[in-house]
Amino acid sequence: MTTALAHEIKRTIVDESKRAGVGHIGSALSIADLVAALYGGVLRADGGPERDRFVLSKGHAVLALYAALVATGRMPSEQLATYCGDGTLLGAHPEHALDGVDFSTGSLGQGLSIGAGAALAARMQGSDRRVFVLLSDAECNEGSIWEAAMFAAHAQLANLVAIVDVNGQQALGYTRDVLDPGPPASARWEACGWEVHEVDGHDPDGIAAVVAELDLSSGPPHVLLARTVFGKGVSFMESRIEWHYLPLDDAQHAQAVAELDSAREA
Amino acid sequence: MRSAFASELVRLAEADERVVLLTGDLGFGVLEPFARRFPERFFNAGVAEQNMVGMATGLAEAGLTPYVYSIATFASMRGYEFIRNGPILHDLPVRVVGVGGGMDYGHNGMTHYAVEDIGIMRVQPNMRIVVPADPAQTRAALPSLQQIDGPVYLRLGKESSPVPGLDGRFRLGRAETIGHGEDVALIAAGGGAVVATAAAALLQERGLSARTVVVSSLNPAPVADLAAVLDGVELALTVEDHYVNGGLGSLVAETIAEERLGCRLLRAGLRRPPAGESGSRDHLFERHGLSPAALAALVLARLDHAGATAPAHPRHEAAT
Repeated sequence: MTTALAHEIKRTIVDESKRAGVGHIGSALSIADLVAALYGGVLRADGGPERDRFVLSKGHAVLALYAALVATGRMPSEQLATYCGDGTLLGAHPEHALDGVDFSTGSLGQGLSIGAGAALAARMQGSDRRVFVLLSDAECNEGSIWEAAMFAAHAQLANLVAIVDVNGQQALGYTRDVLDPGPPASARWEACGWEVHEVDGHDPDGIAAVVAELDLSSGPPHVLLARTVFGKGVSFMESRIEWHYLPLDDAQHAQAVAELDSAREA
Repeated sequence: MRSAFASELVRLAEADERVVLLTGDLGFGVLEPFARRFPERFFNAGVAEQNMVGMATGLAEAGLTPYVYSIATFASMRGYEFIRNGPILHDLPVRVVGVGGGMDYGHNGMTHYAVEDIGIMRVQPNMRIVVPADPAQTRAALPSLQQIDGPVYLRLGKESSPVPGLDGRFRLGRAETIGHGEDVALIAAGGGAVVATAAAALLQERGLSARTVVVSSLNPAPVADLAAVLDGVELALTVEDHYVNGGLGSLVAETIAEERLGCRLLRAGLRRPPAGESGSRDHLFERHGLSPAALAALVLARLDHAGATAPAHPRHEAAT
């Protein structure tokens, strides 16, 4: 089930980015399986004000979210066809004016604070809403992430789940070469008082199983450090820095589709 | 003014369970009554203003009305992009409360002076900006802010002197007249209000009458009230504890131009960073041409009043 959803998300990513002639493809593929886990059953995305909140803090990967909204019947495919067109609600970063987007993002480092506030609000209001925030590992360069991490642990926001897309890359290089303080990410989150789980970021069912075991009612906030491959599923894109920005040409698109489809059949 | 804010906020919170107060670890001796009365609605976010504003965004989206409190510089500027991408972009009812606007933190120096906060907020179309001029007006303003669905920047002074004639009046989008006259319009905001009224008294001694107005609602701006006040006077002087660009002086200049008014405008306020000259607020106002005497002299010189001996510019301008 989630495998099919993940495949559909990945196909939409390569098809729509090709059609629109835009980049951020590798970043979106990196989180495709994470988004599939969320929209494949983890996230209670419906229910009006009492729905779970989802903050896509790494907003530049939003095409994965649009794809999931279409695949799960929350957005008409005709609307997806406006992606990156003039006057669209579907820009290259999410806007809350679009149904299915809780918060506008795009400036890195702000989503975890918003998520902490949303989680705090749920607790104050006696609601069992949960809050999921999807971060990039490079985004954790931002100091504000750690302000939010400290507060969330101090306030024991058990209903807050951060998922870090650990693909090891950022715009101009590999994270280990750009800004690496040494200790592993798990140690940094643990030092801030979070409950840490290291997961395979390309195993949607496994991620769902980990989330199902979390204590979301009391105790510390949770972070899933999800090991991912940037550009996952497209061989010439995987772990290549340039695919943060590049659009696909016709031949590349055909190859990407062929690889994604054959992987699904395998 | 801080205490007036804090006590009024307790009253609001008693009537409205949406009210939440977050502080960036400031407010000693001021916020305790709220914290004691509503411990479940009071959060010290620590020395982390960006996160405080981000959290307020999440709280407000869920239907709460968060007030985020810090010294005006930190409240307005440290998390400015969070304010812009959060409450402003989402049009959520977050109240950013900056205490010690202008140079009210006197001896604490430049890092603690908020002299551009109104300007940076005023460029945001949906950010309401309220600058009470004294404690009574602070108490009057707060309940009317509670009805606003979008974001508000509330700039509070540290001084507690009442502005003569203001009598705690506040209306969003309106200016409050505190003195009637024909020769000059004195238009003041924040810490400028008290000195403007003192300047009006000095002018009175010289036979000039001033129509004196306090602007506490910078956005929505009291354009119609300003146009009415400026109509028929030869000279207007804005008085603010803020840079002359971006704040009240700019607002009045824009109004004169856009409403095609004929009066001459002088802008009293800061024209250079108030750095390396810490001291009392009175000292700083003196240094920056905001003393009642300097304001009166400015008006007298420009009106070419018989017997006027004042220089055409305050001393600091002549020196720079």
